[in-house]
Amino acid sequence: MSATAATAPTRRFRFNWVTSFLWGIRIGALIVIVVGITGSIQLFAAGEGPTLEQWRDLVISSISTGAMYGLIALGYSMVYGVLGFINFAHGEVFMSSTMVGFIAATLLFDNGFWNANPLASLLIVLLVAMFTSTLVAILVERVAYRPLRGAPRLIPLITSIGVSFFLQYAFAGLFGVGVRSYPAPPGNLGNDVEFLGISISGTKLLVIVTAILAMIVLWYFVTRTNTGRAMRAVAEDKEIAGLMGINVDRTIVTTFAVGGAMAGVGGFLWALLFRGVDFLTGFLPGIKAFTAAVLGGIGNLPGAMLGGVLLGLFEGVGPLLVLGGYSSDFYPDAWAIPAVSQLKDFVAFSALILVLVFRPSGLLGERLGSEERA
Amino acid sequence: MKNTSMRLVAALGALALVAAACGTGVDFEAGPLGAVTVEGGESIQIRSLQAISGDVAFLGVPNERAIRIAVEDYGEIEGHAVNVGTGLDDLCSADGGQSAAQTIVSDEQVVGVIGTSCSGAATAAMPLISDADMVMISPSNTSPALTSDLLGTKGTDNHDGYYRTAHNDFIQGAAAADFVFNELGLTDVALIHDGDPYTNGLTNAMQDAFEGLGGTITVHTAVSKDQTDMVPVLTEVAATSPQAIFFPIFPAEGTFIVQQIGDVAGLEDVVLVGADGLIADNFLVVPESEGMYFSGPDLRFGDQKSGVTGVSADDFLANYESQHGGPPTAPFWAHSYDATIMLLSAIEAVAVVDGDVLHIDRQLLRDELGKTANFEGITGNLTCDEFGDCASGKITVILHASVADIEASKANVVFSFAP
Repeated sequence: MSATAATAPTRRFRFNWVTSFLWGIRIGALIVIVVGITGSIQLFAAGEGPTLEQWRDLVISSISTGAMYGLIALGYSMVYGVLGFINFAHGEVFMSSTMVGFIAATLLFDNGFWNANPLASLLIVLLVAMFTSTLVAILVERVAYRPLRGAPRLIPLITSIGVSFFLQYAFAGLFGVGVRSYPAPPGNLGNDVEFLGISISGTKLLVIVTAILAMIVLWYFVTRTNTGRAMRAVAEDKEIAGLMGINVDRTIVTTFAVGGAMAGVGGFLWALLFRGVDFLTGFLPGIKAFTAAVLGGIGNLPGAMLGGVLLGLFEGVGPLLVLGGYSSDFYPDAWAIPAVSQLKDFVAFSALILVLVFRPSGLLGERLGSEERA
Repeated sequence: MKNTSMRLVAALGALALVAAACGTGVDFEAGPLGAVTVEGGESIQIRSLQAISGDVAFLGVPNERAIRIAVEDYGEIEGHAVNVGTGLDDLCSADGGQSAAQTIVSDEQVVGVIGTSCSGAATAAMPLISDADMVMISPSNTSPALTSDLLGTKGTDNHDGYYRTAHNDFIQGAAAADFVFNELGLTDVALIHDGDPYTNGLTNAMQDAFEGLGGTITVHTAVSKDQTDMVPVLTEVAATSPQAIFFPIFPAEGTFIVQQIGDVAGLEDVVLVGADGLIADNFLVVPESEGMYFSGPDLRFGDQKSGVTGVSADDFLANYESQHGGPPTAPFWAHSYDATIMLLSAIEAVAVVDGDVLHIDRQLLRDELGKTANFEGITGNLTCDEFGDCASGKITVILHASVADIEASKANVVFSFAP
């Protein structure tokens, strides 16, 4: 389970264009970031820019978005660990849970149960969402990926893109193309609550707590149960795991099911955070979660979660903290970047590139089986 | 070789004879842009180019339906039916506008287009439509770049053959600025657009007008289309402590903004002002949209009637509801109706009848539309300027008093503005 060993570093200094170019990028990026943050600090000291309270809310909100990315990222990471391909349809598995969860939430809302029994309603929506995405993930594996077992890895990758479109437009056909909005969070969940001495929106707190709980359950499952051990064995080497008496096909189905269930939890959190869903809801979060998985080190479960939270922070706080700092009085007016919030995705994907330039195997290192390493 | 050219000459001669025999003495000579010849028994081809799928379908679908109703109401032109064909989709994007325009110009029988829904689509579609010598009348483009700044400067995306029955956003920007500054008495406003020429054109117009009145724009920022997490952009806005936020964007992103505004400290008492892109049923039903102001075209049509068909807003709405089972989801149906009647009237005015053949000169059609003056429509009296702005230009601000009755909110005018 060691991280991929890089070629032994040569001690002797040798000039190399590629290496110096990469160092140029690293140093340039660091300068851009340091200059930006310095500007933001100056703005903050001068009483311009967001207040401490606003920064705090932004950080909390970004962490909760990031936690959701992390839960979706787990599915990418697990499937990659076991089968060695990126399941691009995973974003749509997530979308299916938000769509069906919407029906459940609307039904509960319409008969008054939603506001009368807040916790029970949320639990029902969570279970419906998890059930849907688990079912969709299992079906996709059975119909689209199992027949391709043993085919070159490019084949299931292309198939997953096809499955992704199929699911999107199947849901567009079933539910229509318009944006549907979940009812507002029940009870007084939307109100602020005191937590560790700071006041934080109840919804955001619930999102973060749910994500942490889901992560703990998953961690226990993968490391302490027999099925989890079987999954890790299959990830390491399918053939030998089979010889050891592990049912490889069933283990792979379990991997998809667990990844799907985590996407279902993510879908539930999406409903709490953003409420609006349509058939394309899965696309961007899917790409972001894939990014998070790569950021943390693909195949590495804590890495996926960490990558998600960091990506949420980068894209939420980054534009204002780094790019917003350029409008500081320290710098010429021409440096000011207009409409920094529009550059959210730019910052998120630049962060991915930078992390990979500094640490090519992701923050916590890739975990790959022997076949992928070969 | 010689044989071939002889045959060619003979064929051309025969054709000339046939052509002469068909004519009934009317001397029709096409102008510099050529003409469309509609043979006996054939239909006059016009096209509908609207945002009929995706997030902005709430705007494009009623526009297209209104075009079809107007064609029905108008009836035949000199014995020729008018055919709208399959409704084309501008996708509310430059890509969509361009590819749909390519489809339209590939058919040389097309006389004119009613479209597009979105300014962004028109900037990409109009160069193609104009090069094909066709005309296009938009019921809902409002970007100043497509016509002029109303002070005589041609817009960067203005092309010959473009007209519109929707207002120019210079007027709407001035109206919104006047309302916020003089009526509400607020001096610090933040602006949010979504990168679309419509939304950005409107925030720019608002900024010019508001600063002209002596107000301060605290921040002029943007979201991206399909963005869901609005907390970062709202934090950027909150940091500048505005008294009001003007965000003339579309319902998808607008909904996320109003739902997440409570999560950001410092924006509790801020006044929210939207524009006509948000006067849509799917936005007005969002509980958090209650209490917002919206600028937009004057929608109190009252007894105004189309001078040609005699149809009033009430007549139209009754017909619309009976055909489609519900009211239109956006207010530009009236502008679509007027645009279509304007096009059909102009075609009828320039059409030369030649037996059962109809000749429509493209240059004369442009001239005729450009000359439009005091043309009675459901939206009021239309007069076209040299850049194609034909709308009556009255802007109102409505207050969304209650999500329980959104029709009442649409009529709840708190401010009106005429340039």
